[in-house]
Amino acid sequence: MTGALDTDVLVLGGGPAGTWAALAAASAGARVVLADKGYCGTSGPTASGGNNLWYLPPDGPGDARARAVESRFEQSGRLADRRWMARVLDETYRRVDDLAAWGYPFPEEDGVQLRGSLQGPEYMKRMRRRVHRSGVTILDHHPALRLLVDDWGVVAGAAGLARQRAAAPWTVRAGAVVLATGGCAFLSGAFGTNVDTGDGHLMAAELGAELSGMEFSAAYALSPAHGAHTKGLMMQFATYTTEDGAEVEVPDPLTARTRVAELLAAGERVYARLDRAPRDLRAAMREAQPNYFLPLDKAGIDPFRDRYPVRMVLEGTVRGTGGLRIVADDCATTVPGLFAAGDVATREPVSGAVSGGGAYNGAWAISSGTWAGAGAARFGAGRARPRAVPAGRAGLEPGALDPAEVVAAVQAEVLPLDRNYFRTRAGLRRSLARLDALWRRVAAEGVAGTGRDRLRARQAAALTAHARWSYRAALARDESRGLHRLVGAPTRDEYEHRILTGGLDEPWTAPEPPADPRLGPPPVPWSADPVHESPGALA
Amino acid sequence: MIEVVSAARCVACDVCVKVCPTDVFERGPDGVPVIARQGDCQTCFMCEAHCPTDALYVAPFSDPAPPGSPHADEAALGPALGAYRRIVGWGSGRTPGSRADKNHLFTRRVRVVPERPED
Repeated sequence: MTGALDTDVLVLGGGPAGTWAALAAASAGARVVLADKGYCGTSGPTASGGNNLWYLPPDGPGDARARAVESRFEQSGRLADRRWMARVLDETYRRVDDLAAWGYPFPEEDGVQLRGSLQGPEYMKRMRRRVHRSGVTILDHHPALRLLVDDWGVVAGAAGLARQRAAAPWTVRAGAVVLATGGCAFLSGAFGTNVDTGDGHLMAAELGAELSGMEFSAAYALSPAHGAHTKGLMMQFATYTTEDGAEVEVPDPLTARTRVAELLAAGERVYARLDRAPRDLRAAMREAQPNYFLPLDKAGIDPFRDRYPVRMVLEGTVRGTGGLRIVADDCATTVPGLFAAGDVATREPVSGAVSGGGAYNGAWAISSGTWAGAGAARFGAGRARPRAVPAGRAGLEPGALDPAEVVAAVQAEVLPLDRNYFRTRAGLRRSLARLDALWRRVAAEGVAGTGRDRLRARQAAALTAHARWSYRAALARDESRGLHRLVGAPTRDEYEHRILTGGLDEPWTAPEPPADPRLGPPPVPWSADPVHESPGALA
Repeated sequence: MIEVVSAARCVACDVCVKVCPTDVFERGPDGVPVIARQGDCQTCFMCEAHCPTDALYVAPFSDPAPPGSPHADEAALGPALGAYRRIVGWGSGRTPGSRADKNHLFTRRVRVVPERPED
């Protein structure tokens, strides 16, 4: 579409979180528009990669859920939240029941469906169909560039360009907005992630949104060196060798990644071969992860027989955990009218300091999407909003800088293993000095491009902001924990709290204030103005 | 990256133009899509899965195939076109590949590893 639409709930992003949000909002009776930068059904890492789910039936043996929560809490660097973990398990289980009822073709074993894994293309094709049948208006290839805000500072829609319609501008006015725009992988090319450039984080931060866990942004994954197919599960069967054929000594192939990263960071070539895979499992491996094998087959590599060079590809906050801070059970952000779901939100509530990749993120997308959609419907349906003006600044107006050069300058700071996987205080400070200077130029000189290339300009600004929050939060966490590896700095008890960040021209960090257990769940940090009829604020 | 659009197989349905998440294709003058922005291709194979006539080939490389590469030669590729759609199990008479999903065999083995083992 071009021109203007009006709706109760606008969902930005059509991956799993966005589609679950749209379904939840529509089933609550809201009018819903879903705008995707690409195509709802193929956009993002879930559609291309698929994922396992953190999925446990309530009637498991013993108290399986409670035990899973406890063990995963300890694995999380003690930054997850047991109550949220339990909520995610419960919501995911019920929504996957829905998927089964809608006919998702799960595999069966002894007549019982196995529901812990979703094949990406099938899953997202079905989600799109479901969203469409729910009466949601789907706008494909409609990247949002900025949010709209009303006189009370409440989010009131978004605006962007229709890139398959001569980049015509569009505006959707809405009672509430769900951001489901994904994390940010810095255009590293990692399987399916190039639509995830942190656009949503930037739009939200321009309205003062807070972020959390951005130091947990150094997620990298192994891929064959010729591509960017970052599927980790099959690497449990890998033997790694260096150029001379010597085997990389690791106690367990599952923990080989750090040693492999050290070698790659030192400039060595590293090869993998899946020769630890039992012969009787090899056919099943292909059926489990066909898209790990397809790029190898096409390249003429038999991964069970041939050794193939590997590299590590940055997945940033797509499979890291940082993102917009969530302050209520309905996934409200710190900006009124703005909800966050999926990878754009911090996943610390479920995975803490360790990667949300795979199972956690899959479950989080389903549950946070459902909560955010329902919350946005409560907030936005019928809300009066007489005026809505576009917010935002950086990268929006045509200017002097070449977007490709801005992106390359950001990538030079965040992609190299010796800068981001293995962090040092001095290295972070040097990178931040360059990134801050780059931001000042982006803000002052603008980024070039007309028509559809306005998206490239805005993305360049978003990547710059994302790198600055990541490294500022990294400097504020003066220890190593989970995905944040500060060379020579062990884990310290006094850092067992989350770190908040935000701001654009003047970024800041702060420890998250401890919740007072006497007060119950934290309140939303802004008060509703009854004049403008925002029931969501009171719910 | 996307390398081949087979004009012989293409029925000009525009599906690839629509479904490509990074908007790599443009509809050509004869309806056959052209690879307008190959540099934006992220090698996700989604166009291959969705093409109803197996007219597309995405090479497994993150960079363009060099001149003369068999990965850009439709005649040399033959049955490689449509490989992903077969695996996903789309098309008449096929069973969804998800029915054969065996991920449970492999996630069971890695339950207790702290760093992103499960996708």
